[in-house]
Amino acid sequence: MDSIPLEPEAVQTKDYRSNSLFWVTLRSIFRQRSAIIGGTILIILVLVAIFAPLLAPYDPEEVLIGKEDISKRQAPCIHLLGCPEDQPQHILGVDGNVRDEFSRVIYGTRVSLFIGFSTVGFAIIVGTLLGALGGYIGGWVDNLIMRVMDVLLAFPSLLLAIAIVTVLGRGLQNALLAIAIVSIPRYARVIRGSVLSIKEQEFVSASRALGGGHMHILFRRILPNAIPPLIVQGTLGIAAAILEAAALSFLGLGAQPPTPEWGTMLGSERNQVFTAPHLVFFPGLAIMVTVLSFNLLGDGLRDAIDPRLKE
Amino acid sequence: MTQYTIRRILYSIPVLIGILIVTFVIARSIPGDPCKAMLGEKATAEVCERFNREQGLDKPIPVQFWIYMKDIARGNFGRSIRYSRPVTIILIERLPLTLELGAIALILAILVGIPLGVLSAVKRNSIIDVITMLIANTGVSMPVYWLGLMLAYVFALVLRGTPIALPPSGRVTAGVMPTPFYEVFGMAVVDGTFKYHFLEFFANIYTFNSILVGEWDVLWDTLKHLILPSVALSTIPLSIIARMTRSSMLEVLRQDYIRTARAKGLRERLVILKHAFRNALLPISTIIGLQLGTLFAGAVLTESIFGLAGVGRMLFEAITARDFPIVQAFTVVIAVGYVIANLLVDLSYAFIDPRIKLD
Repeated sequence: MDSIPLEPEAVQTKDYRSNSLFWVTLRSIFRQRSAIIGGTILIILVLVAIFAPLLAPYDPEEVLIGKEDISKRQAPCIHLLGCPEDQPQHILGVDGNVRDEFSRVIYGTRVSLFIGFSTVGFAIIVGTLLGALGGYIGGWVDNLIMRVMDVLLAFPSLLLAIAIVTVLGRGLQNALLAIAIVSIPRYARVIRGSVLSIKEQEFVSASRALGGGHMHILFRRILPNAIPPLIVQGTLGIAAAILEAAALSFLGLGAQPPTPEWGTMLGSERNQVFTAPHLVFFPGLAIMVTVLSFNLLGDGLRDAIDPRLKE
Repeated sequence: MTQYTIRRILYSIPVLIGILIVTFVIARSIPGDPCKAMLGEKATAEVCERFNREQGLDKPIPVQFWIYMKDIARGNFGRSIRYSRPVTIILIERLPLTLELGAIALILAILVGIPLGVLSAVKRNSIIDVITMLIANTGVSMPVYWLGLMLAYVFALVLRGTPIALPPSGRVTAGVMPTPFYEVFGMAVVDGTFKYHFLEFFANIYTFNSILVGEWDVLWDTLKHLILPSVALSTIPLSIIARMTRSSMLEVLRQDYIRTARAKGLRERLVILKHAFRNALLPISTIIGLQLGTLFAGAVLTESIFGLAGVGRMLFEAITARDFPIVQAFTVVIAVGYVIANLLVDLSYAFIDPRIKLD
């Protein structure tokens, strides 16, 4: 009996481990150029954030007046590029309060990554709960939740965030909360959509037939299957959150000085763009690179996980 | 179709009411006593009591909300605290600039974004595609205000004295004064009347007014001042439209009927434009509708960078000054405008794609 050739299905199950969904997905992620580029930039940024104290030559909030012979808003001085050796080196120059711009940009990575992950984390948790409840229970609960989400989506998000910060008071914490609230609908919608389609599938009915309670079915059976699109939305959402937080800070509503936040740094030197463009250019560039990395990674993940999810 | 239109309109009513509730709640929750804000910190308790009675602030919240809804329905948004003028008048003064800026930015985004996306899809994986998508991805990730400042730096300072130098702020060069079209046409209007504000609204759209009147130097001057802000404002919508066009085109180009069209010997240009592009238009139009929100939010930033007295900048100033009648009115107008625009986009589906019976 040993000589009977294996059925095609049996051949497939032999390689079960390396063909599991996880590995298949991981492999297709690595085939996406944009995911690799985005992911690489992101890893570098995370490393910069972690090792900021080692990379930054100065304390980001240290005022250098009286400590070094420099004036405020001094242009970048790089010894390798011919800046006289007797001048102190400031790769990106110094800002209006005579602080080392490079150190501030480096430390800004910490603030921005924290903003991105914390707001999106909060929004995902609340959005998932709302979307899952709506999709699972249906009826008027679903209707109510989704209409509230519609209303939130009816406001341009930055505008609503500005309004919420006005009520709560300016400051980084309130800005984060505002951005998180504003981005809840996008996650609620994604999860609701997934829950609606998953709850009709057979394995859910099977679980119900086996006597699984509602909580068990929702949290152990349905939600784990709804996660992939959420990862994509979350990654793209971090990009949006960082951009919005920087805009709020730029307007003076978010992080307050002397916090080394890129939007704040840019905002406080905006009127000096003609005399000290480096103080506007570099923080903005940092925002762009960070947002770009999340956007690229998100795009790549989407193409890898579910190409149908495009926009 | 009619049935769908009616249902779609009815469907947006709860959203509109929701918008009114949210703005009402936000405006009422802005910290600070409205009486003290309006009449000054030294207002006595009696004065404040009378003020609250006059403004209806002593009534229960649901009654206040009802009054607020009735006022909005009549186009009465109250008086600005800071300027002590009717908010509706301020809105009429400020809106034309924002509409002009937004429209030019949107036109720019569509006229550049769609061809870029189509080109990118047709030449998939070529160097053109890679570069276009690189630009689009960078554009989406760019802070509007940063781009605005950098453009101002390059075009107003670095290129100063060259023919392509552009002004970094303002609406027109100092001294240039557009003549309102109603004066040129000899229309008799009395200051402060409805007719005056109505005509003034259109006269305040400088590009429109100068074309109507034939003041070409004013038109050129206005456009020159609008180039930098509208380029900055259009980057994000442009990039999003380009990306959407690309992916939508790629989706369509895979279809069987495209192969059929090619097989029957149609010229490639015709296949792309007539068969593929028309079918790719639906998701593109949806995304264009959604960009209006980006444009409004971007206007807050762009207008404050380029020193333009539009709705966005006014709204921001009002928020920082706690001028809540303005905050309330402007937010409502923007959100309602956004909902209506997206409603129109939804309704346009039937015209773009006849297969949609909209039942």
